[in-house]
Amino acid sequence: MRLKFTVNGQPRVADDVWEGESLLYVLRERLGLPGTKNACEQGECGSCTVYLDGDPVCACLVAAGQAVGREVRTVEGLGDREALDPVQLAFLETGAVQCGFCTPGLIVAAHDLLRRVPHPSDEEIREALAGNLCRCTGYQKIIDAVHRAARSAAEAVPR
Amino acid sequence: MTATPIRTAPLTGTITGGVGSSPARPDGTLKVTGEFAFSSDLWHEDMLWGATLRSPHPRARVRGIDITGAVALPGVYAVLTHEDVPGRKFYGLDIADQPVLAIDQVRYQGESVAIVAADHPETARRALDRIAVDYQVLEPVADAWRAIFDPSCPLVHEAGNLVRHQPVRRGDPDNVSADVVVTGEYQVGMQDQAFLGPESGLAVPAEDGGVDLYVATQWLHVDQKQLAPCLGLPAEKVRLTLAGVGGAFGAREDLSMHVHACLLALRTGRPVKMVYSREESFFGHVHRHPAWLRYEHGATRDGALVYVKAEIVVDGGAYASSTPAVVGVASSLGLGPYRIPHLAVDAYGAYTNNPPCGAMRGFGAVQACFAYESQMDKLAAALGMHPVEVRIRNAVSQGDVIATGQPIDMPMPMADMLRRVRAMPMPAERVSGADLRSLPGGVANTTHGEGVRRGVGYGVGIKNLCFSEGMDDYSTARVRLEVVGGEPAVMVHTAAAEVGQGLVTLKAQIARTELGVTRVTIQPADTSVGSAGSSSASRQSYMTGGAVKAACEAARADVFQLVERKLGRRYEDLSLVGGKVVSTANGVLASLVDILGDEVVEATREFHHRPTYPLDPTRGQGNSHVQFGMCVHRAVVDVDVELGLVKVVELTAVQDVGKIMNPQALEGQIHGGSAQGLGLAIMEEIQVANGKIRNASFTDYLIPTILDMPPMRVDVLEHADPNAPYGLRGAGEPPTLSSTPAIVAAIRDATGMPLTRVPVRPEHITCT
Repeated sequence: MRLKFTVNGQPRVADDVWEGESLLYVLRERLGLPGTKNACEQGECGSCTVYLDGDPVCACLVAAGQAVGREVRTVEGLGDREALDPVQLAFLETGAVQCGFCTPGLIVAAHDLLRRVPHPSDEEIREALAGNLCRCTGYQKIIDAVHRAARSAAEAVPR
Repeated sequence: MTATPIRTAPLTGTITGGVGSSPARPDGTLKVTGEFAFSSDLWHEDMLWGATLRSPHPRARVRGIDITGAVALPGVYAVLTHEDVPGRKFYGLDIADQPVLAIDQVRYQGESVAIVAADHPETARRALDRIAVDYQVLEPVADAWRAIFDPSCPLVHEAGNLVRHQPVRRGDPDNVSADVVVTGEYQVGMQDQAFLGPESGLAVPAEDGGVDLYVATQWLHVDQKQLAPCLGLPAEKVRLTLAGVGGAFGAREDLSMHVHACLLALRTGRPVKMVYSREESFFGHVHRHPAWLRYEHGATRDGALVYVKAEIVVDGGAYASSTPAVVGVASSLGLGPYRIPHLAVDAYGAYTNNPPCGAMRGFGAVQACFAYESQMDKLAAALGMHPVEVRIRNAVSQGDVIATGQPIDMPMPMADMLRRVRAMPMPAERVSGADLRSLPGGVANTTHGEGVRRGVGYGVGIKNLCFSEGMDDYSTARVRLEVVGGEPAVMVHTAAAEVGQGLVTLKAQIARTELGVTRVTIQPADTSVGSAGSSSASRQSYMTGGAVKAACEAARADVFQLVERKLGRRYEDLSLVGGKVVSTANGVLASLVDILGDEVVEATREFHHRPTYPLDPTRGQGNSHVQFGMCVHRAVVDVDVELGLVKVVELTAVQDVGKIMNPQALEGQIHGGSAQGLGLAIMEEIQVANGKIRNASFTDYLIPTILDMPPMRVDVLEHADPNAPYGLRGAGEPPTLSSTPAIVAAIRDATGMPLTRVPVRPEHITCT
């Protein structure tokens, strides 16, 4: 089947998509956007978190056909090397990145949290990120990163 | 379609930051933008997808494999079985006992039987369904004790079910008397490394008849050494490049999809990508050995250990992997960092039809640590002493020997670490009306504080760092210094695997410190440079750090020769600082740019640690280890004693690392290692029933989330090891040892339950 939807603000088309493919697969393997990660593909780890019409979802649990006509925003759409989003920069600066496989999903989830709760408490951060597994960091520096991003986002122009 | 580059680009950093600082990771920007190319992100024009057919049975004869249905499926390009393996049919880290593809039998559930290449992953999966394997199912050998000690037990391998037995003996433990004796039997469940990046890679056939493999691994050269013979190719035609590694923790020390992807690529003449699903990943790598441990500790009335006897059995599963070395660690460090005049340890590794077990962070020391620390608590209780006091009473320090008679010839401030951890501030007492999220059960709303009791526990661990027992696990580094764009620039090239720990950052820090240059580029790791050894045993800062330092020192000596040639006199007091050549007596002599001009200074060096020796086979004596690391934990828990739910309130760690190379990365190692120890204490176990895994998913195999992991206090000491580069000690593993017994001790303190098995389950606390 042919899919048309918007990814990171750009209209995109994917052809010859098998109906069983997930949004995750189409993003990674057909649209050249592998930043969204494939750690469990069963909705448990949060590594594939993307925005779908502004709501964070596990892209592995969304059938690609469900995204037709909708807006998807991935980690690649939050910022780029020259202009990192405050959440991306905070993850980098606080040491919240080790292997980095959980990082894109956590960045999208943290970005979503900060849109809703600009200055979250530790408890609010823990609850909001409870669906994102990280095996390297023990999460301490991820909490630091969210606090730092909250501080710097307050000073920056919202993206 | 946008192609993802298959080659990881060199990482260039222009940030200042030498040894001792925390510069940003050179791969960090790519990792936060999603551009970093992990092994599962690779893509190639005309690429096919590989898939693996695995045995559903833990033990069976294979009477025949019919691939005709799979071959006939449109979109399928190759279906291969053991008959298609052109070279050696077996591989393995220590012992080549594992078939590339099953031949006449399967020895574990999930063993690879056939492989397929197709134009879409779904086509490949459907092709697997069309392969008919005729199995004669046999009763699996599922009990490691029986496998070793019951002569009537069927053999998993013809040579027998014992992979290794290592005794350790000192003194005369059978003929000494003790005032107080405590005994215990302990069990450690099978833990999974549960890295997030699945086993994956891309094999690209080359024009010379060879193959280029881009893969996530811990040691490129040991992969190459196993791969090439199986492919029937000389090593130089099997070239490996490290693709982005999504965590490792030991699970990538063994081969997974490596040979299979190469076989399919060579057969089809097309690039082949393989990516395991999460479920397949549970079958696709080795796990932490489950263990059964019996201990007897005898002590004087004032708490001095007189003797210890221990028996340790670890289940290696179907293939040897690193079981021999795990037994070596479990035996030599099986009694912990304590002075013990009389001792007898017997450590055994078994073959069974359970999932194969091998390396995981802590490597044999983790299992023993849970048991010996549980015993120290039991001894403290029997003596009426504080658990920290009994540990201090017996703690080893520099100049003592470990169980193998090996002298501890480096600082070992165990007693000081224990005093420090005990003196750290305690977390606030629980208050009534506390936030649900801070209570056991959390927002499941199982308690508002009723039935919740607090406990405090301590744990200590000792871990060998670098490979042991005579292994010369050297590392190689190539360093090039030249002027690029008007400034001095260093290129560092090693084959060492960046698995998340921050080795790429550290290599650049060392180059900056040694050569006084800001701009450092880290080349992708590949097999075109000499081996770096494995990213395991907490060894890369020591070994590859040492190699980069040595190569930089050689390059620096060449620069000083250039200085003397250009300036026409000799100096004995030169250094390179901030891009300048400095003489202690005469100040700045010249800029490095002027000295180098068009010259390229290049040096390659191997770094070897001091020699180690095998343990003697009957008494287990010998200097088998390079270096020791240790960590001490205090855990504070709240336990809902009615429901058996545990909330770890706080973890405190004190670790001696010799030298803090990168404070931020070090903290990350201590936090992450402690979290994996927490997982083993109360959450993580691969449930195996009669050889079959029952929970191969992140739904059923639970790793700590951000809600499970408490805040941590960390105190780091720097007592330099005189033998090590910069005095450093490997730091990645020790925190994984001691957090588990500390948490279980805290639960015992809260509940009074004996708790002899990890992970602790609710029913162990409620006895229901």
